[in-house]
Parts: sequence; C-alpha cells; structure tokens
Amino acid sequence: MVTSVTNFGRSGLSDWLMQRVTGVILLAYTVVIAGVLLLCSPDYAQWKALFDETWMKTFTLAAILSIASHAWIGLWSVSTDYLVRHVLTIKLGPAVGAQANLLRWAFQAASAVVLFTYVVWGIQILWG
Amino acid sequence: MLNVSIYRYNPETDAEPYMQDLEVDTAGKDLMVLDVLELIKAEDTTTSYRRSCREGVCGSDGMNINGKNGLACIMPLSEAMKGGNKLVLRPLPGLPVIRDLVVDMSLFYKQYEKVKPFLINDTPAPAIERLQSPEEREKLDGLYECILCACCSTACPSFWWNPDRFIGPSGLLQAYRFLADSRDTSTEQRLADLDDPFSVFRCHGIQNCVSVCPKGLNPTKAIGHIRNMLLTSAT
Repeated sequence: MVTSVTNFGRSGLSDWLMQRVTGVILLAYTVVIAGVLLLCSPDYAQWKALFDETWMKTFTLAAILSIASHAWIGLWSVSTDYLVRHVLTIKLGPAVGAQANLLRWAFQAASAVVLFTYVVWGIQILWG
Repeated sequence: MLNVSIYRYNPETDAEPYMQDLEVDTAGKDLMVLDVLELIKAEDTTTSYRRSCREGVCGSDGMNINGKNGLACIMPLSEAMKGGNKLVLRPLPGLPVIRDLVVDMSLFYKQYEKVKPFLINDTPAPAIERLQSPEEREKLDGLYECILCACCSTACPSFWWNPDRFIGPSGLLQAYRFLADSRDTSTEQRLADLDDPFSVFRCHGIQNCVSVCPKGLNPTKAIGHIRNMLLTSAT
C-alpha cells in the first residue's frame, strides 16, 4: 500500500466516494439554481427571500463544502501527478525537478488557503 | 518501397535519441510490423528490439506503432498505417529506454509483483486439486489471458506520472484475476493493500488500456470490479 498524509480522507476509496457524493450535490445545486434563474427570473427581493430560507442556506452551505472537498481531492491529484520530481525534471529540467516537493507543498498549501477562504466567505455571505 | 521511421538510441554512442528514416522493400506484401523490423535488422544488425514467439503470445515486442501501442508481430502494416504511407516505430512510452525499441520494464514488473499474482490459500491442500464450478471458472475469462506485454500500462497517463505508485491497468487486471478466483482466500488482505489514493484510484477511466490491448481485454472493467469490491467491503 502507498501511504499519503495529504489526501482528503483516510483511504483512496473514501476520497473517491467523497468526490462522487460531492459531485452529485453540486449537480443538484446547479440544477436548482439554473431552474430558479430560468423559470422565475427573480428580482433582488425574491432572490434575497430565497436565500433567507433555512433550507436554501443549508443547501448552499452543503454546496460550498462540496466544492471545497471536491476541489481539494482534484487539485491534490493534479499536484501529485505533475508536481513530482521525475515529471518536472523531464519537462522543466533537473533544477526545477529538485524543487518538486517544495513546489507541490506550496501549491497544496495555496489551494488549501483559497478553499478555506471560500468556505469562510460563503458562510459570512449566507449568515452575515 | 515502404517508408519507415524508427526510433534509435544507443546510450554508448548517441548523445540523444533520433528518428532514423529508411526505405524497406516489402515486395508489396501486407507484412506484419515485426517482419519489417526483421528486414531492417538484416541490413543493420545494430537495430535493437525484443521479440520471441512472433505470434502474439509472449508479449515481448510491444512497441508504439504509428502512435498506438501494439504487438509488432500481430500488427499488419495495413492496420498500422491505416492508408498512410509511413510506418513510425517508437519504444513503449513512459518507460526508460535501454536501447532503440528496448525499454526498461522494471517498474512495470514491480507493480505486477505488488499485487501478489499467485493463489493464496491457507486451508489444507486437498488430496488432488481445488475444484471450481464452471461458473466460478468463467469469472476468470478475460482476466487470465493477459500476456504482460505492457501495451496498456504504458498507454496510461496515470502510469506515466506515477509508475512507482499507481499499479497500472495490467497489474490491476491481474489483481482482479486473483480477487475473482474462488480458490483464493486472501481477498480481504488483497483489498486492504489496494485501498490507498494511488494503487487503484489513479485510474480515471479514460480507457486507453482497453483501446490498445492486443488481446482485446478490458482492464478498466476489472478496475471497476475492484472498486466495487472495496466499496462493498468498506460500507
């Protein structure tokens, strides 16, 4: 078994399942929002009233948390595919390849900060 | 005359690999790609490639033929060139080149070794043999036929990026071959060994492996079965 401490869950299966479940939540949220926009063309007051509903706040929070975890799993996969020594050495030379771990950690840290910011910002908007 | 472009690299004499353009007289026949290589080698004995059975059984002559991995011995020129006029031969992608079309398959075999490709059964051995019903035996069809030519794994981007951590389509097909075997008692341990973010789950289902397999096997389907087994055992 290959071990990793930076992936989202404790196992490959949990990450895989989490990405599917969050994908379904995001699809449902997209359908609801698109439906509201296309069918009701709400003005500001109606839009605000919709987001004052507890179910909509909860649904939106679920969607924000889904984006954050879905994106983390995806970006983590991208970083461990491409920001690794042998790939960077071939593509950009040995000097960059030697810094692969640093670049990968920096990318992962930046992704985590951005996603965490989105979650906090989303909560502020919903309950602010 | 057939136009052939062949990847050449001898680390002892060449600073870097290059493509050598040749003309080969095929006498108008629809030869197999391996036959063309034999004609080339008759003229230039330094041309290096692996071959053995020349009938698609040993899996030695996997190579990249006009952009697609395949076995040179069972690939007719007409199929390889699809109406074009040039045959382009390169080594299997993603593995280190030893010389010309010969690649170092150590990482490929290391992944194969990881899945413990042998029956594990701790129960006392029966007097004659461990019997299987026809239905149980049928589950191994489409799995046991793999000849380890590496065409699939070296066509897989996930294997290119993580050849040390992702088992790859070939190894996973073999993993499922033993997970599906009614005589094997190590299912739980085998699944536990695969449940990390790399070994199985780097497969994103793009099915390059299915499209190149010279034996017509379906590693993506086998990987789906492994995923379902993991899901069933963990939920």
